[in-house]
Order: sequence, then C-alpha cells, then structure tokens
Amino acid sequence: MDPKSERGRERIEDANAPKPERPTYSTAVAGAQYKEFPVIEPGHTLSSVTEKISNVVLLGRHPIGWFITFGIGFLLFNLLMVSVTHLVFTGIGIWGNNQPVGWAFDIINFVWWIGIGHAGTLISAILLLLKQDWRTSINRFAEAMTLFAVACALLFPLIHTGRPWLAAYWLLPYPNTMDIWPQFRSPLIWDVFAVSTYGTVSLLFWYTGLVPDLATMRDRAKSKVVARIYGALALGWRGSARHWQRYETAYLLLAGMSTPLVLSVHTVVSFDFAVSVIPGWHTTIFPPYFVAGAVYAGFAMVLLLAIPLRKWYGLEDFITMRHLENMAKVTLVTGLIVAYGYFTEIFYGWYSANAYEGYMIKNRMTGPYAWSYWALIFCNGLVPQTLWIKRLRTNTVWLFVMSLIVSVGMWLERFVIIVTSLHRDFLPSSWDMYYPTFWDFATFFGTIGLFLTLMFLFLRVLPMISIFEMRTLTAESKVKGGGGHH
Amino acid sequence: MAEFPDATSLVAAARRAHAEGYRKTDAYSPFPIHELFEALEMEDRRVPLIVLLAGIVGCIAGFGLCYWVSTMAYPLNIGGRPFNSWPAFIPVTFEMTILFASFGAVLGWILLSGLPLPYHPVFNVARFAAVGSQTGFFLTIESDDPKFDRHGTADFLRGLGAREIDEIAH
Repeated sequence: MDPKSERGRERIEDANAPKPERPTYSTAVAGAQYKEFPVIEPGHTLSSVTEKISNVVLLGRHPIGWFITFGIGFLLFNLLMVSVTHLVFTGIGIWGNNQPVGWAFDIINFVWWIGIGHAGTLISAILLLLKQDWRTSINRFAEAMTLFAVACALLFPLIHTGRPWLAAYWLLPYPNTMDIWPQFRSPLIWDVFAVSTYGTVSLLFWYTGLVPDLATMRDRAKSKVVARIYGALALGWRGSARHWQRYETAYLLLAGMSTPLVLSVHTVVSFDFAVSVIPGWHTTIFPPYFVAGAVYAGFAMVLLLAIPLRKWYGLEDFITMRHLENMAKVTLVTGLIVAYGYFTEIFYGWYSANAYEGYMIKNRMTGPYAWSYWALIFCNGLVPQTLWIKRLRTNTVWLFVMSLIVSVGMWLERFVIIVTSLHRDFLPSSWDMYYPTFWDFATFFGTIGLFLTLMFLFLRVLPMISIFEMRTLTAESKVKGGGGHH
Repeated sequence: MAEFPDATSLVAAARRAHAEGYRKTDAYSPFPIHELFEALEMEDRRVPLIVLLAGIVGCIAGFGLCYWVSTMAYPLNIGGRPFNSWPAFIPVTFEMTILFASFGAVLGWILLSGLPLPYHPVFNVARFAAVGSQTGFFLTIESDDPKFDRHGTADFLRGLGAREIDEIAH
C-alpha cells in the first residue's frame, strides 16, 4: 500500500472529525477493507495551493507537451479555416451529403461535441449539489471544455445552412423585412434555443466561478499590465463576507438551474430525431439514452485531458487517483445505460412488429454499414466493462486508451443512428449509400483543432483549477469548535 | 482593519464584535466561511428573490414569444393543428426561464455587492493588498459605527488576538 495515500486518508478523517453527524464517504469506508484515495494530497496549505495553481499561469513555464499539442491543434485549426472558406465559396456540395442522407457529418459532429460538453456541467453543477468534494479540482477545466465543445458544436448547424448569414431569420426570432418568423413547433428551433441558452449559462457559471480567482491572479501578477487585465475581469472583488454570502447563494442557484438545463439540452437534441418518423429515430428511449451517452463521452474527454495535464504540470497532488477512479466509475455507469439503449433498440425492432423498424435493426447489423455497428458495440459495449476491475481503472495508461476508444465509439454511435437510418428508409427506390469526402473529415478534424487551440490557450491565461475552492479542502480552512457546517 | 492569523480566530473575533454591539462590520477571507456569515448575521435573501422574478419574466416572455408568433404574427396552418399548440412551446419557454433566471443570479450577486468597483479603501492597507485574496483573514469596523471609539475599538480588536491593526483613511 502506498504510504502517501494512507497518510492522506488520515488527514481527511481529521478534517471531518468535528462533524460526526454527517459522515462523508471516506470516513464511512475508513474502517472497511476498501482503500480510498484522498481528494488532495496531505500537507497542502492555503498558500501552497494558491502558489502552485497560479504559478502555472504566472511563471509561464510550460512543458514540451503543451507546445506539441498546441502545435497540432493549431495546424488542424487552420485546416478548419480552409475548409470553411472553401465551403462558403463553393457550397455544401463539397460534402458527401446526398438524398436520402441529407444529414451526415454535420449533425454527427454537432451531437458528438454537444455531448462532450455535458460532462463539464455535470461535474460543476450536479456534483456540487450532491456535495461531492472531489469535483473541486476538475470543475474549472471541465467547464472550459464545455464552453469550447459547445463552440465547436454550434459551428456545424451554422455551416450546414450553407449561407449562415441568410439563415438568421428562420433560426432566430427577430423582426425582418420579410415579416417571417421561426416555426416554434419545430425541434430544430427548440435546439437553437436549448444550445444557445446552454452556451450562455455555461459561460455565466464559469465566469462566476472565476471571479475570486481572478482577484488572486490580480494580486499575484508581477507585471502592472497583467494585473490591470485580471483586475478589470475580477470586477474589484475583495473577498468581503457579504459578497461571499451572495456569491455562494448565486453559485448554488446557478448549479440548481444548470442541472435541469443540461438534461433538457440533450433531450432536445434527441428530439431532432425522435420527433421525426424515420425508422430507428422515432423512439421514446432517445432522450435518456442521449443524455447518458453525452455524459459518457464527456467523462471520457475529461479523462483524456486530465491524465496528461496532471502529469505535465505536476498536479498529481490535486487531481489524484481518486478523481480518475471516480470518473472511470461514472464512465462505466453511463456506459451501461448506453448499452441498455442499444438493447432497447433491438427489442423495439422486434416488439414493435413494424416491418420498417425490424428491417432497420437488421440492416444495421448486417447491411453495408455493419462494420460501424459492430465497432460501436465493441467500443461502447465491451471496452468499458474493463472498468469493473480496480487495477485497470486506476491505471492511467489504460484509462487514457479506454477514453480514446470511448470517444471513437460515441462518434460511431451517432454515425450509426444517422447514416444507417437515413440511407434506407421506407421506399427502396430512394435508397442510396453515403460516403464522406475529404472536406467532411477536414472540417471534423478542424474542429478538434479549434477545441485543442482554445483549451491550451485557456491553460496559459487562466488558473485551470479553482483556487478558492481548493483552499476549502485544506486543513487550515476548517473553523474549529462552535459546530457549523462547512 | 484587523488581521487575524486563521479562519477560527477570525470567526471568534467576528462573534465577539457582534456581541459587543458593533454592526458596521465586515470580514474578508480568501474563501467563503459559513460560520462567518452566521457570526455577523449577514444573510441577503434578495438574490433568490431576483432569480425567482427573473425566471417568471423569462417564462412569460418565452411562452409569449411562441404564442404571439404562432397565433398572431405568422400563423401557419399545418395539418389543421391549433395555432396555440402549447405543448410544442414548452422547450422554448423552459430555456428562456433558465436563461433569464441565470442572468438574474449573476447580475444579482454582482450588482447587490456594489461591483464592479475598481477602487476600494481596503486595498490601501499594505497587508491586505499583499495577502487579502490569498491567505489573509481580516475584520473591519467602520468609524461611523455608533460603538466606534478610536482607541477603545483598537484595544478591543487587539484583545481578540489581532495580529496587526490598521486605520483606513477614505
């Protein structure tokens, strides 16, 4: 047993000692055989937490991994610029979309990115409400991930319109000279409202969480100009107890509102499909199945980011094995819900006694795109089952590989749902095959570049872990005697 | 302004100062301390109220928009379904409720706290500027507090275990 983490457990028990009436998970299992990792390594103080996190930004010493990843991301980002420029000058004919597959990479990638964003909100809002203190060290960059993933997602429906500058009047309700208004009975309009609200609220939530840390950055910055910039963003925050009280109330309320919001967003995304009558889309399992899939893909992405970052920046004290293991457990649970969704689809194919539904599922398993279906079952159904084994879910290399496989699997899931359902619907005379073109792939990998570029620039300019929330995990922050709850 | 070595002594001092009858007080800490809110009896319930009101406004605005567009501004007859097909308006109504309420929460805490405020006299205290947002714990008693007495208050704070006491001019 690692002596370091053993000591850590004792520290957490100490910190929890004055409030035996509400035992936390770590105290509850302390007596049992199960070994629990600490949420923060022992020995950290208010100043060590503050220095360690803010110095990543202020000292500007970045590991070689930062430059390599940013370089790759920036190259891909330029590919995106070229692809979008080509698209705007030529039209969406450069993609492989056809009749009947009128929706392909654009909606696959949209749903994939939006889903990835969901884990950020789950970590920052739902786990906050559930008082899971392990969320503290991962919520900031998970929220940043949400924002950038939503930005990538929004790009796809926008460029799919071909001429986005003309699309505004049927997407957004504004008085235009044609006196035309959007169709509010359409799931596509619900989507516009859901995703733009989601992006806006995520930004508000993220910014609110940043304000006290921006004040810390302002006070620690060496250069006057840098201090001014952080100072302006920090709004003059000075840590007054009156402000903290309002701040905490507002933060909790935002978390409370983000929780139903995040569930509604992927539900509305699934309505884009479920409200139509296409075989394989017209099912009631879609909303829960999409939400679970979103969280599943999102946690895989958080793991993909957290595993290299904690190593490169020496943040293993803050993002401990406890975080990785807990995220792996969430991935396993949501993966099982997704697998249940696949079984339900097969069941519907048989139980509905509908020839089209039955053919759809048979076509998925044995038709021309069968390879994608079986790859999906392998990636999302089988691979996550390895997380039942503790040794594998605490192995960072395996977690990284598994997260990559899950990300591919979730992309394939949307490919299967969209392409196999559309390419053979009711009338055999309208059947056709869909083949993506170079520009489909260029745009998709381009958004990965956009995501990596934004994410890695964020690491340079803002604290990637919430400093003030990490302070509350140190022993110093506990008020001794007099009861209370903190 | 008095500096205290840790969270526990700041909370103890705040309790004593409140018990002594000081009311124009404030405390500063690098993270939220619930015991401190209780000690100084500061609970502003206006933020939840603003969120509720903003949410109601957003809800009415969201449904009103759908209703007005679908029945008056641009009514479309699709398969004879009613113009006011309210179940289809729920998603937009819900999203607008959350959007307005979230702006209410954020603008609520910022504006009720008197922010943005780039300058505040407390930043003139050297110790506060150095550690206020990182590791420092401070208690202030304002000079227009009826109980305030230049020497008496300073002695009182020193008696509570303050590390350093500064007078802030403003």
